[in-house]
Amino acid sequence: MSDAQALLRANDADANTLLSVRGLTKVYQTGAVKVHALRGIDLTVKRGELIVMLGASGSGKSTLLNIIGGLDTPTTGTVTFMGEDITDLRPSGLTQFRRAHVGFIFQFYNLVPSLTARENVALVTEISQNPIAPEEALRMVGLGERIHHFPAQLSGGEQQRVAVARAIAKRPNLLLCDEPTGALDSRTGVQVLEALKTVNEELGATTLIITHNVGIAEMSDRVIRLSDGMISEEQAMHRRRNPSELSW
Amino acid sequence: MVALFSALDRKLLRDLWRLRGQGLAVGIIIACGVGIMIMALGSLASLKESRSTYYDRYRFAEVFADVKRAPDRMLADLREIPGVKSAETRITRIVTLDIENLREPANAQLVSLPDEGRPRLNDLIIYEGRWPNPSRSEEAIISRAFAEAHDYHPGDIVRAVLNGRARDIEIVGIGDSPEYVWTLGIGSLLPDDKRFGVFWMRRQALERAFDLDGAFNNVTVSLLPDAIEQDVIDEMDRLLAPYGAIGAYGRDTQFSNAFVESEMGQLVAMAQIIPPVFLIVSAFLIHAILSRLIAVERQQIGLLKAFGFTNTEVASHYIKMAIVLSLFGVIGGLLIGRQLARLTTHIYSDTMRFPEIVQVIDSTAYASGTSAAIFAAVLGAMSAALKAARLKPAEAMNPAPPTVYKRGGLLPAWLLDRLDEPTRMILRHITRWPARALMTVFGVAAAMSLLVGTLFAFDSTDEMIDTIYYRTDVFDAAVTFAEVKGYDAVTELERLPGVLDIEANRGVYVRFRNGVRTERGSITAIPSDSNAKRLLDHDGQVLGVAEAGLTLSSQLAEMLAVDIGDELIVDVLEGNRPTLEVFVTALTDEYIGYSAYMDLDTLGRLLGETRVFSGAYLVLDPDRAEAFSDAVLKRPQVASVALRSAVIDTFNETLEDTITIMMTIYSLIGGAIAAGVVYNAARISLTERGRELASLRVLGFTRGEAAYILLGEQALLVLLAIPIGAVLGAGFAHLIVLGMSTDLYRVPYALSPATRGFSALVVLLASIGAAGLVAQRIRNLDLIEVLKTRE
Ligand SMILES: Nc1ncnc2c1ncn2[C@@H]1O[C@H](COP(=O)(O)OP(=O)(O)OP(=O)(O)O)[C@@H](O)[C@H]1O
Ligand SMILES: [Mg+2]
Repeated sequence: MSDAQALLRANDADANTLLSVRGLTKVYQTGAVKVHALRGIDLTVKRGELIVMLGASGSGKSTLLNIIGGLDTPTTGTVTFMGEDITDLRPSGLTQFRRAHVGFIFQFYNLVPSLTARENVALVTEISQNPIAPEEALRMVGLGERIHHFPAQLSGGEQQRVAVARAIAKRPNLLLCDEPTGALDSRTGVQVLEALKTVNEELGATTLIITHNVGIAEMSDRVIRLSDGMISEEQAMHRRRNPSELSW
Repeated sequence: MVALFSALDRKLLRDLWRLRGQGLAVGIIIACGVGIMIMALGSLASLKESRSTYYDRYRFAEVFADVKRAPDRMLADLREIPGVKSAETRITRIVTLDIENLREPANAQLVSLPDEGRPRLNDLIIYEGRWPNPSRSEEAIISRAFAEAHDYHPGDIVRAVLNGRARDIEIVGIGDSPEYVWTLGIGSLLPDDKRFGVFWMRRQALERAFDLDGAFNNVTVSLLPDAIEQDVIDEMDRLLAPYGAIGAYGRDTQFSNAFVESEMGQLVAMAQIIPPVFLIVSAFLIHAILSRLIAVERQQIGLLKAFGFTNTEVASHYIKMAIVLSLFGVIGGLLIGRQLARLTTHIYSDTMRFPEIVQVIDSTAYASGTSAAIFAAVLGAMSAALKAARLKPAEAMNPAPPTVYKRGGLLPAWLLDRLDEPTRMILRHITRWPARALMTVFGVAAAMSLLVGTLFAFDSTDEMIDTIYYRTDVFDAAVTFAEVKGYDAVTELERLPGVLDIEANRGVYVRFRNGVRTERGSITAIPSDSNAKRLLDHDGQVLGVAEAGLTLSSQLAEMLAVDIGDELIVDVLEGNRPTLEVFVTALTDEYIGYSAYMDLDTLGRLLGETRVFSGAYLVLDPDRAEAFSDAVLKRPQVASVALRSAVIDTFNETLEDTITIMMTIYSLIGGAIAAGVVYNAARISLTERGRELASLRVLGFTRGEAAYILLGEQALLVLLAIPIGAVLGAGFAHLIVLGMSTDLYRVPYALSPATRGFSALVVLLASIGAAGLVAQRIRNLDLIEVLKTRE
C-alpha cells in the first residue's frame, strides 16, 4: 500500500468526511459512439462544506452530481457516503439513499402543480424520519407568507425557493443543486442563493452547487473546476461572501 | 393533401405507432362491438335464410287446427274456404315410448303421412332410409335429433305404447319437417332429445291404432297470397266446431315457429344493446387520446398553421387519425364477427333442427358494423379536432398556460386536511379534470353493467327453475290421459308401484272472450287445496285456487285486458261446448305460457260432468321411481308422462354445458372494456404526469409510491364505477327481461350477490392487469432526462 493510498484511507475514515469519490468514470454508449463523460474523478467532501462546481458545458458536472446523488450509476469507481459504498446499491437501495440523505434542486423547479407550496414541502416531510415542519422550511427560504399558493401562482424565483424548502425540509446530509439560478434573473437568483446559504449554515447540510456563474464561487468554501470529465482545478476559499455581495 | 402520403400523413402514422398501446386498447373495444354486431346480425340473417328456405322448400303450413274427431269429408269443405290454397288432414297423437336403458319414460309425437306419396304440406326431408311402406303398419320415420340421441338407424326397433298396446315400431327412415324445428320435452322448458321424438307413420296405421277410420284429428292449411289469416281461422273454427275443434291458429303461435321467432328476437336485442355500449366507450377513449395528443402537439399545430395549413386541414388530420384507428378495430371486428357468427349458427344448429344452416354473408351487417364504428370514432374525435382547428397560431406556439389547481374546489377542506399529499394529488387531479374522470367511471361502469346485464341470465334461469320445480310444480310426475277418464283411471294409477300420493286434474280447451279480445287457451282444474300444483301471487305467496271463479295468469289477464272482479266469457271447446260466464277472482304470476285455473269441483259443476279427469299429479317414492316408470308405460290410458327429476337433470346438463363458455366469453368482453378504459386513462395520465412522477422519484419516492399516485386515481375511479355499473347492469337486466318476454315466455328478473361479485372481480382483475402494464413504465421513467428540460 502506497503512502498516498494510506492517506486517502485515513481521510475516508475521518469523522469529518461525508463523501468520498474514487476513480469515478462514466462512459455513455450511444450507438457506435462512446462518450467519456467522466474520466477518473477523485473527490472528498467534508461535512458542512459548501462547494461550487464550475466547468464548460459538457464537461461532466451534471453527470458527477447525478452519480453522487444516486440518480445514476458510474461505469467504474466508487462513491462512499458515510462509510457505505453506494455504487453497490440496487435501484431500490438508491431510492432509500436519496430518500434518507439527499436533497436535489434543479434548474427547472419540478414542483407538483396540483399541490400548494406547503403541500409540496409536506410531500417530502411525510416520507422523512426527522423533518422540519413545512411552514418552518418555507420560512427559512423567505416564503412564510405564500404557503397556500399553487406553483402556477408563484414567480420563478418563488418556485425555486419552494424547491429549496422542499429539498431541505428533510434535513438532508447532502444538498445537490444543478444550476439552481440558471433560469432566474440576478436579483431573484440572489434570493435563492441566500436561502441555500441559510440552510447550509443553520442545518449544516453539505452543499454542492453547479453553476456557470463564476461570481457564485465567492460564497463557497471550495471551488472545483471540471474540464473534459476530470477535475482540472481545486481552490479553497478563505472568506465566504454573502450572496448579496456577489457580482454576476 | 394531394400526395398519397403527405408529410402530415407520415406524422399521422408515426403518431399512431407511438400510441400503439392505447390504439390497441381502443381497437380491441371497437373490434368487440363490431364483432358482436356482426355476429348477431349475421347469425340472424343466416337463421332467417335457413328458416325461409326450409319453410318454402318443405311447404310449412300456415294455419293449424286440432279437433277431436272429424270425418274425412270435411276436407272438401276446408279446401273451399276462401283464401285456402291447400289443406291436408292428419292424425296426430302423443304416446309413450318404452326405451331400454332409459330410466324415465319418453314420449313421441305421432304424425300421420298420407298413404300415398309425400305430404302436401309439412313435407319431410329424409336424411337416411326410406318412406314407410303403406302396406306395413309398423314402420316409421323418426326425427333426427331423437335418432342421434339414441344412435338409432333404419332397421332399429322402438317400442311404443299406442292406445294401450305395446307395439314394436321399425325405424325405416330418419327425417325432419319444418313443423318441428324446435321441440321441447314434455313438461320441460328445454329441448330434450332423449325423451321426446317425432314419429311419422302412414295414415292407415294410425287410423287403425286409434280407431279413427275415415276420420282425422288435425288439419293444416296453406294460404293464397291475398288471404286474410284471421278470416280463414274463423271459418275453420266454424266448420270444425261440431267435431271438437279447440281453435285454429297461425304460425305466430305454432310452437316451434314461435320459439325460433323469439330466439331471433334475442339476437336483435343483442345487436341493439351490446354494440352501442362498446362504441360509445370507444368514442370516449378516442376523445381522451386525441385531446391529450392535441395538448402535446399544441406547438406543432401552431407551427403548421403558421406555415399556412388551414384549420380544416388540421382538424381533418386528427379526424383521419381517429378513422384509421377505428379501421383497425373494424377489421378485427369483421374477422371476429365472422367467426362468432359461424360459432353461434353452429350452436343454433344443435337446438334448431334446420336441414342446413345457410351461412349468409350479410353485407348489411358488415356495412352497419363498419359505419357505426367509424361514426363513433369521428364523434369521439370531433371536439378535439375542433379544438385544434380553433387554436390561434400565435397563441399555440407559446407553451400552454400552466394548469391552475384550486385549493378548495369540489373537495371540502376538512377532508383534504386529513389526507397525505399523494392522496391529495390524486383527488386534485380528479377534480381538476372531472369530465375525464367521469369518462373513466362511465367506461368501467359500462364494463361492469355489461357483465351484470348478461350474467344475470344464469340467476334468472335459477330463479325460474326454483320457482317452477321447487315452489309451484312440486309433484314428482305428471301424467296425462289420452282422453278424459273416470275416477277408475286415477285409482289404477294410484296402485302403481312407488306412488305415494295422487291428485287428479282436468284440463279443458277453451276460448276466452272479453269484448273484442279473444284468446285460445285452456283451463286447468285442480283441487282448491292442491298440494301438487301451487299457484303463487305477485309476491310469491301461495295463493290456492279460489273455489269460485277463475284464477288467471297475469299474462293472460293482460292479453285479455281483464282484472280481478271482471267477468270473462269462456267458450268451452269440448263435450257440449257450453259458453260460461266466469268472474276472475285471482291472478297468478307464471313464467311459461298463459294458463287459467279453476277449482276441480266448480269446473265439473259448470260443465255438468261428474268426476272425469284428464290427468294426474303424482308423488313418488324416490327408491321405486324406476318401477313406477316401467309400470306407467304399460297403462293404456296414459298419453304422456313427465318426470320432474328427469326434467331438472336435463336442465342442469344443458346449463353446465353452456355456463363456462358463456361466462368466459362475457368475462373477456367485459374485461376488455374495463382493461381498455383503465389502460388508456393511466397512459394518458402518465404522459401528463411523467415529469412530476420522475421528480418524485428523484426526491426518494419509491416506484410503488409513484405508482400509487399514478394508479391510485384509476383505482379510486374503478371502485367508484363498480357500484354504478352494478346499478346500470340491473337496469340492463330489466331491459333485457322486457325485451325477451313474449306472450309465451317470461323471464324473471333476478340478480344474485354472486353475479355482482363475479362481475366486480372480473372488472377488478382486468383493471389491475391494465394498471400493471402501465406500472411497468414507471420503472422506465428516465429520471435524469426529465430534469434537464423545461416542461
Ligand atoms: N444520456 C446520455 N447519453 C449520452 N451522452 C450523454 C448522456 N448524458 C450526458 N452525456 C454526455 O456526457 C457529457 C457530460 O454531460 P453533462 O450533462 O454531465 O455535462 P454538463 O457539464 O452538466 O454540461 P452543462 O453545463 O451543459 O449542463 C456530455 O458530452 C454529454 O453529451
Ligand atoms: Mg448540466
